[in-house]
Amino acid sequence: MIDLLAGFVVELRNAGIPVSLTENLDAMEAIQHIPIEDRDAFKYALGATMVKNNSHWRAFETVFEVYFSLRGPEYKLVDGDESELDAMWREMQEQQQGQGEGKGAGGGGMEALTPEEMMNLLMKALMKGDQGMMRALAKQSVQRFAGMEPGRPVGGTYYLYRTLRNLDLEGMLEKLMEASRQEVGGELTPLEERLEKDEYDSRIDQFKKEIEAEIRRRLVADRGAEAMAKTLRKPLPEDVEFMHASRDEMQNLKKSLYPLTRKLAARLARKRRHGRKGPLDFRNTVRHSLSYGGVPADPKFKYPRPAKPELMVIADISGSVAAFARFTLMLVYAIQGQFSKVRSFVFIDGLDEVTEYFKGVEDISEAIHRVNTEADVVWVDGHSDYGHAFEVFWDKYGKDVGPKTTVLLLGDARNNYHASQAWVVKNISQKARHVYWLNPEPRSYWNTGDSIVGDYGTHTDGVYECRNLRQLEAFVEKLA
Amino acid sequence: MREGLRAENYLADEGIAGVVFLADRLGKPVLVEGPAGTGKTQLAKSVAEMLGARLIRLQCYEGLDESKALYEWNYKKQLLRIQADKSSDSWSDVHDDIFSDEFLLTRPLLEAITADDPVVLLIDEVDRVEVETEALLLEILSEYQVSIPELGTITAKQIPLVFLTSNNTRELSEALKRRCLFLHVDYPELEREKQIVMTRVPDVTENMADQIARIVRSLRQLDLKKAPSVSETIDWARTLVLLGVQNIDAQQAKETLHVLLKYQTDIAKAAKELSAEAKK
Repeated sequence: MIDLLAGFVVELRNAGIPVSLTENLDAMEAIQHIPIEDRDAFKYALGATMVKNNSHWRAFETVFEVYFSLRGPEYKLVDGDESELDAMWREMQEQQQGQGEGKGAGGGGMEALTPEEMMNLLMKALMKGDQGMMRALAKQSVQRFAGMEPGRPVGGTYYLYRTLRNLDLEGMLEKLMEASRQEVGGELTPLEERLEKDEYDSRIDQFKKEIEAEIRRRLVADRGAEAMAKTLRKPLPEDVEFMHASRDEMQNLKKSLYPLTRKLAARLARKRRHGRKGPLDFRNTVRHSLSYGGVPADPKFKYPRPAKPELMVIADISGSVAAFARFTLMLVYAIQGQFSKVRSFVFIDGLDEVTEYFKGVEDISEAIHRVNTEADVVWVDGHSDYGHAFEVFWDKYGKDVGPKTTVLLLGDARNNYHASQAWVVKNISQKARHVYWLNPEPRSYWNTGDSIVGDYGTHTDGVYECRNLRQLEAFVEKLA
Repeated sequence: MREGLRAENYLADEGIAGVVFLADRLGKPVLVEGPAGTGKTQLAKSVAEMLGARLIRLQCYEGLDESKALYEWNYKKQLLRIQADKSSDSWSDVHDDIFSDEFLLTRPLLEAITADDPVVLLIDEVDRVEVETEALLLEILSEYQVSIPELGTITAKQIPLVFLTSNNTRELSEALKRRCLFLHVDYPELEREKQIVMTRVPDVTENMADQIARIVRSLRQLDLKKAPSVSETIDWARTLVLLGVQNIDAQQAKETLHVLLKYQTDIAKAAKELSAEAKK
């Protein structure tokens, strides 16, 4: 047990979850108090002692599934094992065959059902929301459709895809809706329809999860927990790279962005309030000394009031870096109270000001959407041209850059071999207080291919690598 | 554990019950985190009721300090003591005397550990205090003792069950987290939410509760600024019961949305979503 847990902890640390030694000890103590056969209790005991951040919970769950998936009594996978699931499956099969008028009667056991019959079963299971039945079906469909071969070096997603393709769950949703309509007899009201749909959606989701779990169990059985954990390792939300985030990860990022901005805003406001003391304020001290009979017993100090910077954000929103620009804009606007003024510009090869879109809008994502659809940013061909965009900026808005302004340039500086026009950045940096460049690419890719971030970078106060939320957060905190 | 909580009208899921059980066994504080209105504070209250213990609550806010959270000397009484027998006692007697239990004002934390009867200590919204103040909690959380320079260390007579709640407005320090069991309370599952509505709003019919839970789940899937919380769901259920609604349709749902959602943009969006299907 100790060995197992030690391996588990190492894997958690590899996945990026900080588990300290005391937490490990706590976990050991905790599991002595709970019945070890109770899988859920075991999981929560480990979770409560080891994971101290909700966004890490998913990563923890994955690792847990991998490590302990084969150790519950209900999850046995040994061939010929007469588990409950198989028994259930057989029962269901008999029912189905009874209805199917003796089709393939007495045939080759499990494989006897045609895919249509299986679909029928699945539909029934989903209609009823029968958990056991769904689990049994998930097992069967993986066995039948995934075509898993031991030792084959492909990821779990491949098998998942193969299974799901055969099951056609989209069509299933339609059919389910149809069925429930018939059940009521006639039309559903829009609200009811919506609710029914949500219900089935969530059940299908659950079914998908069962399938995923089943595949994972098989893979673990095949390759062993350590190897499996490695392939399943996913970055934590704050470490996901903007440029390579999948749609799911994007959703997660969005979700974690909001609490992050709240935290950041609170922290910055606090920082501003608790500024250190400045030099002696002579006038104020003398005035207060009057109440002590002219003795300056209560010295007063000048509190420095750091000026709120004025911010100009110039972002490349062409395909490759769009996601990054979006997140940065969202972050900046979410904490715009910390800046005296925020103006934003977006470009691809033309440049447009989009400050208006954010004015008086409560919902930032709405504004971002408008930026992406309405802003006039294409000049010739819609491929990034930093040089031209900067030129336009300088002509139109260059005069607005003042000594209070901080200019943020966002982009990967992949200029498609156009002229760099780096003199614009140089001029801006002479007028502005600070100029920073944020690059969403890993540092090792800079200045390779058509990236010319170095050309611009020499004129700025710093070029920062901003590949994930963590880095972005750190930068913004420094800025305000 | 779960049964006990159910008796106090608090429906815990596996995770919540498990962690509370562990906290009791290990004698460790529980750090409860989650969106607003999911019953974090209620959990502590219910546990206290279940154990028949007294609930001592420390509401945290920015600027909370030692003298409000831990203890303070009763200066006025000390002064009086000195004044009262100026003549008789020698200096050292008075000195020893005025720093004794008698002149100590207990604040929630000290009260919790000196109590003779079983207590549940609730430290509400820990994330409101500054990082520096957090350190003040560390001694009490790990050793269940308080050091007072003039008196020495006061150790707990019995180990109280401690709950800390946090709305996650800032990252708590590692030191604090390390000492606690972590529990994240999220929006409940459909079935559990339905049960919650039914226990908290006795007049509601099962059919209604089911509908309510499903509509709320549907709303939570929208991209809203603030998703409806459990307490808002309960409020909504109460509203509907008061209005005498038997069967919710889109129109009624729309008219009472303001109970569930607190931002104008959210209400507009949800109303649009709920009626959008009608056009299809």
